[in-house]
Amino acid sequence: MTESEATTVEAAEKAIAAEEPPKAIAPELFVSISPHFKNTDSVSKIMWTVVACLMPPLVLSVFVFGFQTLIITLVSVLSCVGTEYVANRCLGRSTDSIKDGSAVITGVLLAYVIPPGVPYWMPILGGVMAIYVTKVLMGGLGYNMFNPALIGRAFLVASYPVAMTSAWLSPIRDAAVFKYMGSGADAVSTATPLYVLKHYGFEALIERFGSLSVIYRDFFLGLRPGCIGETSAFLLIIGGCFLIYKRYVTWHVPASVIASVALFTWIFGGEGFFAGNPLLAILSGGVIIGAFFMATDYVTSPTQATGKIIFGVGIGALTVLIRLKGGYPEGVCYAILLMNPLTPALDRWFRPKRFAPEPEEGA
Amino acid sequence: MGILVFINAAPHKLYGLPNNVTFDRGGSKTTRFQIGELMSAETLSTFPMGGIHPPESKELTEKLASEVMPSPKRVRLILKQHVGAPCKPLVKKKDKVTEGDVVASVEKLGANIHAPVSGTVKGVQNALHPLVGNAPALAIETDPEAEPKTYSPVDWTGFSREELLAKIKDAGVVGMGGAGFPAGFKLDVRPDVKLDTLILNGAECEPYLTSDHRVMLEHTKDIVEGAKIMLKILGINYCAIGVENNKPDAIQAFNKTIAEDSSKNGYNIVVKPLKVQYPQGSADQIMQAVTGRARPAGVRSSVIGIILQNVYTTKAVYDAVALDKPLYERIVTFTGKGIKKPANVMVKVGTSIADIVEYLGGTTPDLAKVIAGGPMMGFAVSSLDIPITKTTSGVLFLAKDEIDIEPHLPCISCGFCVDVCPMGLEPNQTSVYVEAGRGKDTEEFGVDDCFLCGSCAYVCPAKRPLVQFMTIAKNDLRAAARK
Repeated sequence: MTESEATTVEAAEKAIAAEEPPKAIAPELFVSISPHFKNTDSVSKIMWTVVACLMPPLVLSVFVFGFQTLIITLVSVLSCVGTEYVANRCLGRSTDSIKDGSAVITGVLLAYVIPPGVPYWMPILGGVMAIYVTKVLMGGLGYNMFNPALIGRAFLVASYPVAMTSAWLSPIRDAAVFKYMGSGADAVSTATPLYVLKHYGFEALIERFGSLSVIYRDFFLGLRPGCIGETSAFLLIIGGCFLIYKRYVTWHVPASVIASVALFTWIFGGEGFFAGNPLLAILSGGVIIGAFFMATDYVTSPTQATGKIIFGVGIGALTVLIRLKGGYPEGVCYAILLMNPLTPALDRWFRPKRFAPEPEEGA
Repeated sequence: MGILVFINAAPHKLYGLPNNVTFDRGGSKTTRFQIGELMSAETLSTFPMGGIHPPESKELTEKLASEVMPSPKRVRLILKQHVGAPCKPLVKKKDKVTEGDVVASVEKLGANIHAPVSGTVKGVQNALHPLVGNAPALAIETDPEAEPKTYSPVDWTGFSREELLAKIKDAGVVGMGGAGFPAGFKLDVRPDVKLDTLILNGAECEPYLTSDHRVMLEHTKDIVEGAKIMLKILGINYCAIGVENNKPDAIQAFNKTIAEDSSKNGYNIVVKPLKVQYPQGSADQIMQAVTGRARPAGVRSSVIGIILQNVYTTKAVYDAVALDKPLYERIVTFTGKGIKKPANVMVKVGTSIADIVEYLGGTTPDLAKVIAGGPMMGFAVSSLDIPITKTTSGVLFLAKDEIDIEPHLPCISCGFCVDVCPMGLEPNQTSVYVEAGRGKDTEEFGVDDCFLCGSCAYVCPAKRPLVQFMTIAKNDLRAAARK
């Protein structure tokens, strides 16, 4: 536009402004970039749905291990949420993040992967480690490299190895909810199936837990020694499938973790090749909870299907490696933690397929 | 996604096309074709990746026949309402003009602007434009005494290709789906470019909008005639009309009109019902859904043998050729909870939104946001004193409870945005880079291919303004390229 034109425009504008006042408009109009409406799924809605999906195993654990599992879970959740609040407050960040439910999930998951006979102060330490060190210091939700709950567990295992690897309780079949109440770590009376399998062999496992069909049934329902929330494959699978049905997570990671644990155990887990028991491997330890609720954590897992499957297979392979060759009877926690930092690389290596093909030569 | 059938068979057997229709261009090597003619609700054509299905909200206006609004007291014609250079006014202040006169034109790429009313020119003023803010506009004061101009159809079949093109260019026809590309220039394809398909875009995938739907119902015959005019210009005989399946009455109307049409002249015009999936009406997506061909990045659709026109543009082409009527009025959908009486209104180009709102009885007290266009890609405006342009298909009035004013959260890497991106891009990565001030490093995430459909931002659970991040990345890349 030339200068003279601009002046004409200005003059005309002034003239018009003098002629008629601007039309009355709506009192207040919001403006923003498109799109102007969004779907109803929000971070907090997804997180609270995950929390809800995690509740049935807690109810079962109260009946199986006693009332203190509920107390440990509550302590863990309060510790995580409290740490998030205090840490954000001290760092001058918004404390609204405690409402999004992510700290609650961390608290619940942390409680679910510690033994039911630990003293009540232990989940407090784990919660501080999980939220403050792993999440808040990394920048908050979305910036953590490792799964917070699993770092919490790994920290507790490293600091209190005796309690964390021996505070197991035998499942109570007559639902004597209050039997263990108050007895704390003194109630230690058993070992996990994986521990028995690793140190005493398959015969000892059968001797202790019954015939294979009884083992499959009990382990599937959750009647076995183990961490608070990991024992019931049945309830965890229901919760996980609900998340898949809601499309909050996809099948890739859970399926590849479970399938690869089964496959590698079958190949390498027995005397000679192809003699392992894949079903027992899946139903014992934390495979199911890890596959559905830990490895699928958005922040620390890849976004693309191929990356997710490689991620899952890596977790499965590392789990079996640790179980068979490592010092610990169980390896899901470390397997996931080892695969977590590969997430950015997997996202970079496995890109979505583009819609537009590359232009042809001369086109 | 509909059921995709992978075949390498000759496509004319599938589509029932004459054998001389060739499909030898574009992605012919492993082209994905979909069964067009055997379609039931489950096997509707759609595009291959991504997409969302937001609430359609079309029931507010889809059954309302278009009503003609009387000429407003004053119109303001924004001098650039098309792709290309802005028009230069051909009239001076105080000139008398008659409805349909050319009042502004451009020599290069662009489109003429015509007087939508008879009256007196008031000169060039600034008017608000939803995109660019203040824009120069030619104001005309309406003469209330003037009789509306009437048009009667003539037989167009005798015109040559050049005459037809000239008429379309003179009438100022532009792409009315929103792009605003001058139709006369789009149809003027070099003879060495081999085309085989004309697609009419009647998807109207944006929620709420129903102006294309009404045009398809009320001017079915005109659109079919317009298709023939364009087929003649392009020298091809196959035209597919893509309509989303939520407009069964429009699909039926086309089928009936085509079946009853006695003057086919060897033209093969078919209707393609498409799955209701946003952004079905985007150029790449509808071309893929209808023909199975994907356009390579950064080239025109003619490279893969396709010319795409909006159905309303097709009607305007018919008007320009058969009626000699320039494009200066159109149906605009006024809808949403924030307006008292939702309607499809036939208005003059240049009418202020405020005038139309007044005509329709005003807004409701809980009005919070006004959008020029649809809810997915439209532009929020801060004032109602904005003139309608040739590309305004709708104005949406949202109430307080329908808008999103929550602050956004950091990316949680859920990957939902990647899953719904119809172009296979990575809005999540782009947004994180932009937040870190590294917009210029985002080329690898396909920022160039992004056409800002907003599917990513629609599904983002952290409510991140991903379209804004994409736009910033585009600007940063452009700035980096200039250096």
